Amino acid sequence: MTSFRKKVKVKASHLDSFGYWVKTGAPWVWINAAAVSASVMLVVGLLLLIAVRGMGHFWPSEVVELTYIEDNGQPHVISGKVRDSEEVEAQRLTESGLDVPDNVETFERILFKTANRDVTGQDFRWILSYRIQEQSTPPEMVVLERTEWGDFIGRVEAVEESGKTITTDDAWALFLERLDRADELREEIKELERGEIGAINYQLERLRLDRRELELDGVMDPTAYAGIERQEEELHARYRELEARLGDLYREIRRDAVRMRTSDGEEVQLQLANIVDGWRPNSMNLAQQLGHYVYKAWMFVSDDPREANTEGGIFPAIYGTILMVLLMSVVVAPFGVVAGVYLREYAKQGLLTRTIRIAVNNLAGVPSIVYGVFGLGFFVYTLGGSIDQLFFEAALPSPTFGTGGLFWASLTLALLTLPVVIVSTEEGLSRIPRSIREGSLALGATKWETLWRTIIPMASPGIMTGLILAVARAAGEVAPLMLVGVVKLAPSLPLDGNYPFLHPERKFMHLGFHIYDVGFQSPNVEAARPLVYATALLLVVVIVLLNMLAIHIRNGLREKYKGLES
Amino acid sequence: MNDSQATAAAPEAPAADEKIAVQVRNLDLYYDRTVQALYDINLDIPDRKVTAFIGPSGCGKSTLLRCFNRMNDLIDDCVIEGKIIIEGKNIQKKKIDVAELRRQVGMVFQKPNPFPKSIYENVAYGLRIQGINKRRVLEDTVEWALKGAALWDEVKDRLQEPAFGLSGGQQQRLVIARAIAVQPKVILLDEPCSALDPISTLKIEELIHELKEDYTIIIVTHNMQQAARVSDKTAFMYLGKMIEYGVTDQIFTNPQEKRTEDYITGRYG
Repeated sequence: MTSFRKKVKVKASHLDSFGYWVKTGAPWVWINAAAVSASVMLVVGLLLLIAVRGMGHFWPSEVVELTYIEDNGQPHVISGKVRDSEEVEAQRLTESGLDVPDNVETFERILFKTANRDVTGQDFRWILSYRIQEQSTPPEMVVLERTEWGDFIGRVEAVEESGKTITTDDAWALFLERLDRADELREEIKELERGEIGAINYQLERLRLDRRELELDGVMDPTAYAGIERQEEELHARYRELEARLGDLYREIRRDAVRMRTSDGEEVQLQLANIVDGWRPNSMNLAQQLGHYVYKAWMFVSDDPREANTEGGIFPAIYGTILMVLLMSVVVAPFGVVAGVYLREYAKQGLLTRTIRIAVNNLAGVPSIVYGVFGLGFFVYTLGGSIDQLFFEAALPSPTFGTGGLFWASLTLALLTLPVVIVSTEEGLSRIPRSIREGSLALGATKWETLWRTIIPMASPGIMTGLILAVARAAGEVAPLMLVGVVKLAPSLPLDGNYPFLHPERKFMHLGFHIYDVGFQSPNVEAARPLVYATALLLVVVIVLLNMLAIHIRNGLREKYKGLES
Repeated sequence: MNDSQATAAAPEAPAADEKIAVQVRNLDLYYDRTVQALYDINLDIPDRKVTAFIGPSGCGKSTLLRCFNRMNDLIDDCVIEGKIIIEGKNIQKKKIDVAELRRQVGMVFQKPNPFPKSIYENVAYGLRIQGINKRRVLEDTVEWALKGAALWDEVKDRLQEPAFGLSGGQQQRLVIARAIAVQPKVILLDEPCSALDPISTLKIEELIHELKEDYTIIIVTHNMQQAARVSDKTAFMYLGKMIEYGVTDQIFTNPQEKRTEDYITGRYG
């Protein structure tokens, strides 16, 4: 009893000293907590930034009409949306040749989206807030989304049909009605062009290749060609029919036009065929705004890009990214697992195996662009070139597999992520307790049967972890893809309704490359910036979804083989 | 039965009614090629009897047991010299089909090691390995094996549930059922009760009694009472050598060797 008390006393004398505090390990807990929270905050902050900037783009923000004193001192009515504002020093403004009052140090400057690029030549302008005289948000202001020249902001004057103005009380309602009609026609045209005419073109191209193949084989028999010619004839006839229908549709859609007036009084005639959507943000209530927002966000996800990718949606890029990652997983999983199983289970654990293992681990550290160069040199030129020589001679000199494409991109990324899968397979295998192996062997199973029936299924959660890491890395990779098959704008999807449905030789679009292209290669960077955020957000979402899919599968496997650790 | 000349150097002549299941002749075993773990073991293990190996930890009982189904093959640089004859064949020969041997000589390990599959699939595993996939055959055999391992009544309503849901004792009986499902000649038990509670231990011991009607059983145990209870013959090993081998009653009541006596009276070990 006494000795116990003594001990407590000794401890107590240390309690308030710094040394004792360090000894308890408390500082380490604090440092760890700080590091974790810093990391979490960085990630959450990044995601929030992307989300806020990207998702705000689709909101129907109000259109402001204001009277602005231009540099020459004359008032000028302009309208547009406030995009951004900042404080600038007076000195910087005077240096750039602007005449500003002397006694003020900083001015508020507003980035104003005026749209109407076809009229004024620019989408955006900076305005100084002190020069704004009057400001209002007229409810009749209309924003038009067009297939070219960006947005238009103005008022609806009148709707025209075949060049004649239609007199009506409510031009806006009439405009909406006619826009719906144009929309339907546009859908029909798109369906016709993409669907049936696209299919005919595809079949014609295949027939051309068939004929070329026959020629290359030295077939002289005219009956062989007759079949092809007959089919071609049929397709041409069908094509002419469709073309005529297409012509009619185009005439129909070009019938209507709308006369618009900009805030400074200029009148512009716009074809309804070129108008995608129109809305009056200033007279929308919250429900309408929300509806508009959801609709626009959906169009962004589901539509094709327009105007050098700076407008429209990014559906092909999402599609290409997901397809490529899935194809890559299908390739990398068996290769990685087989290699891992060999290294762990069959190879003699000597110097050679150790060397191979070190080499594999180091492969994970090779810069990805190096893989891209390798993919281009080996897969595309060597393998693809040979495949073209052997199987697609008819299409030469235009390459089929001898150029970048979905398949080569997937293979390149599979190579890039192979080390991750091998290492995790080995780790998964090494975690299986020896007793399970012995139990299986003792029942008369061979090593192969033991592996196949028991060990590999039990290691599958570990293997899936490797695959998750591989997917995460592959989905975010851009540099090597630029060399082996990603393009700015792909004419057709790599998976479509034309036989044989999956076209691994086709070039494809990718979200990561899309961000680079839209954000840094587009002619109108300012207009494209919100799209970059939105695309980045989508890329993150796609990666998260792919990961969640893999994690879901892994958890299923874990559940199946649980109790193993005990 | 009254033969008192049971020593390692001169294996006793089998009694007239006794068939020999496993013959061990001049067996030496080395780990890492040089470290000798078994010294000149000679042994005749009777058919359809329970033979127990006892001895202090590290004396080589498990090592010897694992020679009988060539489990030591899994250990790199493990060298075995001498003969082990089962069913008239020297199983040390290279050309022997090890998988076939292990079907003949089943094994149950210290810790229950069911596969992460259902109870049913665990028992059917060995049959499926042999390519037997007929539902009727599988179902009949699984039932028969589970009954043989005295587990049927406890699990018959939940055959498709994972085997990990069973208690330790049930798992061990499941593993025994798995072993007898392939109908081996010999069953090796490597300290089968060391991870079990007394009641489960009792059940396993009762099971061993029943199993010896049909199988030759070789059991390694730390528990001398267990050896005395379940076995017909007992071998005492010490430092890799077979010190004494004989009828269990005689070993426990009248050991011929001083070291055996010291061990079973608890003076070391």
